[in-house]
Amino acid sequence: MTDATVPALKKTALHARHVALGARMVPFGGWEMPLEYGGLSSEHMAVRTAAGLFDVSHMGEIEVAGADALAAIQRISCNDASKLQIGQAQYSALTTAEGTIVDDLLVYRLADDHFLLVVNAANIAKDYRWIADAVGTVGDAVAVNASSRYALLAVQGPATVEVVQPLTGVELSELKYYWFATGEVAGQRVTLSRTGYTGEDGVEIFVAPQVADVVWQALTESGASLGLVPAGLGARDTLRLEAAMRLYGNDMDERTTVLEAGLGWIVGWDKADFIGRDALRRQKADGVARKIVGFEMIDKGIGRAGYETFVGGKAVGRVTSGTQTPFLKKAIGMALMPIAHATPETEFEVEIRGRRARARVVPMPFYKRRRS
Amino acid sequence: MYPDDRKYTKDHEWVLIAGDEAKIGITDYAQAQLGEVVYVELPEVGRTLKQGEIFGTIESVKAVSELFCPVSGEVTAVNTALADQPETVNTAPHDTWIVTLKVSEASEGAGLLDGAAYTALLG
Repeated sequence: MTDATVPALKKTALHARHVALGARMVPFGGWEMPLEYGGLSSEHMAVRTAAGLFDVSHMGEIEVAGADALAAIQRISCNDASKLQIGQAQYSALTTAEGTIVDDLLVYRLADDHFLLVVNAANIAKDYRWIADAVGTVGDAVAVNASSRYALLAVQGPATVEVVQPLTGVELSELKYYWFATGEVAGQRVTLSRTGYTGEDGVEIFVAPQVADVVWQALTESGASLGLVPAGLGARDTLRLEAAMRLYGNDMDERTTVLEAGLGWIVGWDKADFIGRDALRRQKADGVARKIVGFEMIDKGIGRAGYETFVGGKAVGRVTSGTQTPFLKKAIGMALMPIAHATPETEFEVEIRGRRARARVVPMPFYKRRRS
Repeated sequence: MYPDDRKYTKDHEWVLIAGDEAKIGITDYAQAQLGEVVYVELPEVGRTLKQGEIFGTIESVKAVSELFCPVSGEVTAVNTALADQPETVNTAPHDTWIVTLKVSEASEGAGLLDGAAYTALLG
């Protein structure tokens, strides 16, 4: 039965494949997506030790093109896109005039005057309106919501190159972190990007939805002897949290600034004006009153998103992400805390269903891969 | 799959009653839905529970689920081994009790589901 007031969930080009693999499907950002296939922890461990294959086609793609495309990107994105060469990608945020976050995104420079923005699934419509409005004020540039043209697969884990290289002529050893190239995988035209959301080496593969399953199957076969497993959104969330990557809607939103989210490194302080620059400069000069910290539980229990935090019996903040991580085997998380209680080793309490459990601020990331 | 030596609730607990002692755990279906259990929050021994009352929580990596008491009674023991090995709830759900109760309302057990009815509930 469907409720007429709730729009039907969207399905990616690989939906039937997930169902055939026995995935547990859940709603996420307006999409019906695989949460897990064989078990969240085993998928998480496969990505840390071998490789995982993710369908992240729910992510949105917005293209901005035209003679003034760079100026348009520079206006809406807080990072400095002028530093991007063609074939290079950059992590950034769309910022409000207050320096808070409309969305976080990756900016790909496809050509001098052509950019691809990869945005969060739940924000596609909001971002597109935001971008189209801002781009319209800049000059010769146009924004197109191209989300339906792309499926997006991610191979993540130390065995990534071994899995993907036999299927493509693109020399992956020459594709540096946060660079991308066009080519073929399994005979299908793709864009291969050395990016991901797991804290491991990996590639993300943009491909036409019609042939996404061909690529998925080829990767599955190539990875079978290398320990590659299909991995769902559950493992994606625990992996990104171990790597301290922020999740939009949890660790940042339109009420938290880029600096409060601990993302000062993605602000192009030296570039010309962008939406939110003045507010962020002011906040940088004055210092933030609160920020996202990493924490570990001291007492038993898991501090989960939304739980309140306490110091000296007084409510001071809230947990924004929290889980028991399969690889580190600890209860960790992020919390938005007043700056007075944001220094590593500071203890605070998390209210877990009426009980106060002790936690400790720790430096992030929780997990950092060894680079070869 | 769901043996008739015990009764089941719609909330996916099982209860094994012998005399006035009830052992309580969660079903295989419940553990499969939760995924890997990482933490079980237990009540205090001596606490008096009413049928349907929440007596603890069980957490997997991805979810928190409440435990509902199948029959009224007083908590006589809690399975402290779960603190170090919560995963036994996954590996042997029907052999892993979470609490034992001294049953106060013997008649309540009759209203619970038997193995066949619970299997039918799962569809």
